[in-house]
Amino acid sequence: MPGPGTAHLRRDKEVLLRVENLVVEFSVGHQTLHAVSDVSFDVCRGETLGLVGESGCGKSTTGRAIVQMPRPTRGSVQFEGTDLCALRGEPLRHVRPRIQMIFQDPISSLNPRRKVADIVAEPLVAWGEKGSAREKKVREIFDAVGLDFDAVGTWRPHQFSGGQCQRISIARALVLDPHLLICDEPVSALDVSVQAQILNLLHEMKERYGLTLVFISHDLAVVRNVSDRVVVIYLGKVCEVGPPEALYDRPHHPYTRLLLSSVPVPDPEAPARERSTLASREFPSPLDPPSGCRFRTRCPGAQARCADEEPVMREVGDGHFAACHFPVYEPMTPAPSRTSVSLA
Amino acid sequence: MTILRHFTPRVTPTPSVTGVGPVLEVRNLKTHFQTERGMVHAVDGVSLTAEPGKVVGIVGESGSGKTVLARSIMGLLPRQGVFRSGEVLLAGRTISGLPESELRAIRGLEIGMVFQDSMSSLNPVVKIGRQITEGLEYHKGMHTAEARRLSLALLKSVEVPDPERRLDEYPHQLSGGMRQRVAIAMALACEPKVLLADEPTTALDVTVQAHVLDLLKDLQEDRAMAMILVTHDLGVVATRADEIVVMYAGQVVERAPTRVLFREMQMPYTQALLRSVPRIDGPRHATFVTIGGRPPDLTNPPPGCRFAPRCSRAQDRCRSEDPPLTAGRTIGHEFACWFPLGVGSPSREAPLTPTPTPTVGPSAERREF
Repeated sequence: MPGPGTAHLRRDKEVLLRVENLVVEFSVGHQTLHAVSDVSFDVCRGETLGLVGESGCGKSTTGRAIVQMPRPTRGSVQFEGTDLCALRGEPLRHVRPRIQMIFQDPISSLNPRRKVADIVAEPLVAWGEKGSAREKKVREIFDAVGLDFDAVGTWRPHQFSGGQCQRISIARALVLDPHLLICDEPVSALDVSVQAQILNLLHEMKERYGLTLVFISHDLAVVRNVSDRVVVIYLGKVCEVGPPEALYDRPHHPYTRLLLSSVPVPDPEAPARERSTLASREFPSPLDPPSGCRFRTRCPGAQARCADEEPVMREVGDGHFAACHFPVYEPMTPAPSRTSVSLA
Repeated sequence: MTILRHFTPRVTPTPSVTGVGPVLEVRNLKTHFQTERGMVHAVDGVSLTAEPGKVVGIVGESGSGKTVLARSIMGLLPRQGVFRSGEVLLAGRTISGLPESELRAIRGLEIGMVFQDSMSSLNPVVKIGRQITEGLEYHKGMHTAEARRLSLALLKSVEVPDPERRLDEYPHQLSGGMRQRVAIAMALACEPKVLLADEPTTALDVTVQAHVLDLLKDLQEDRAMAMILVTHDLGVVATRADEIVVMYAGQVVERAPTRVLFREMQMPYTQALLRSVPRIDGPRHATFVTIGGRPPDLTNPPPGCRFAPRCSRAQDRCRSEDPPLTAGRTIGHEFACWFPLGVGSPSREAPLTPTPTPTVGPSAERREF
């Protein structure tokens, strides 16, 4: 079976993380759940990679498979020249400080019974940092994320708002000076005004500590604003990869187009976008994914070939790749919507 | 109840946008909760009207009181520890304060409601078909077979694939988007005059959200229903609502016909809210505009304008005097601000200077609502 291919991987650049042909499968009773099926991408040093897709598409599983929790079924994860999938035990543990993660629900990712200063210090404890050096680092990171150590260090997570808990999670992730930060829906649980604060903080931290980010989100607008390169995932497969401007302004994969036309735009004067009736078709089950192209069951342009042959990643523009037999080259066209705002 | 009697009602005219009489009218509604920490002023003097065939979008962040408002209109809050005042009129008849038995005859029949979480708003141990027919039998006295026929038609109208089979399935066998469509079918079964949709698509994926919203809008237009669409996402209402009501800390801070609101917004909060939303056509790595600070503690709201502590334009008057809703230039536009943004402040101007990240100290509130 031809996979979606690796044409979009950059062989010539200094790559910090290269994920190749990643497969993650889970056993569910007698069946196999195909969570991630042959996903490849790379992230250069200092870059932010956006992984975007709907719930159940495997974006979070991909993020977790990078840190080997769970271990991928097949494929390789090259991080700073080492294949993490080949490491076990102590050598793998020694890689972990360099890759850290932050999660969607900031409150449940912090232990409610511990003081936040201890939560942030814990990674240092695990790596044997002691005494005043440890406290100095914790103070420094509290300050960096905009929290007053002396005032709130002894508080427990429930005394903070969601946005502040996310600041604490970020502090905990950064206290070991990681090179790669995997952010799994870091702002999805937050209100827009707080979301903006956390996104600004992440950007500030990235500049200050020279981080490389993998930013996983279902929110296309957020991903566009934070990413240098965007990977669109559908049902465990990569559909389209490219720089955000090209990918959002000239999407070639029908799925990317469907996603983009579905995003609500906070502007009543915005041109009405393509209105697809195909969106109503059911999302196929990852227990029994469709043959050939996985998007064909919801695709407006699907043909017989799409069922028989899996499309391979092909270059459709400068640094812009899509896995589709019949990529769309027209720009996104506004279609007349059935309804129009009647108030002038 | 008596506690609220001495409150002076904030005089809020309810202008008609089209001239058609409102089907739902809310007058100076207040809903306060008695808690251990004191009285929470969740909804504090909200007035609004909904006209047949029109969509009113209620927008606000968490804790702004939008859900409590929707539930108060429906009389869905517990009676214990909840203090309500103000009036809710449905087609000219006062329904606030009616006994539960009479309210039950109105809910579902004259006002339909769709909630955010379809998994918990549907009964998990009752088949879909039965859940739809129940309302028809209760309110319309239909026979089972007739109600089932109508349920099938309803499922078709909300574009549920394979509707015959779905009637005999349980909620857990359906996807989230499909469950929400079933919930819409249930809400519309008795052809209500008003549909209250509280964050109907927040739990759904973006492609499914677009479809469910389009569907809701089509059904609302076809039936000339009034719809109140409660959401935290300005994008959801920007192209679908006729009028937008912006809520902050339990109060209406600005309202206007949709295009007027986006063109002539006067309240700094509305502007800040809009500017903090990342845009799909935004530039790479731009700094987001943030609103510093946090919403006020509603057990003890600050005097004056409730947004003043976070507002970059606030002056002494804002901190002492409560700004009333005043009429804007365009009919139907009202805002509560002493120092409005003025004419010619479109929403898409160059961003404001970002507010510095607030440092949390002991003075900050410890909990938010």
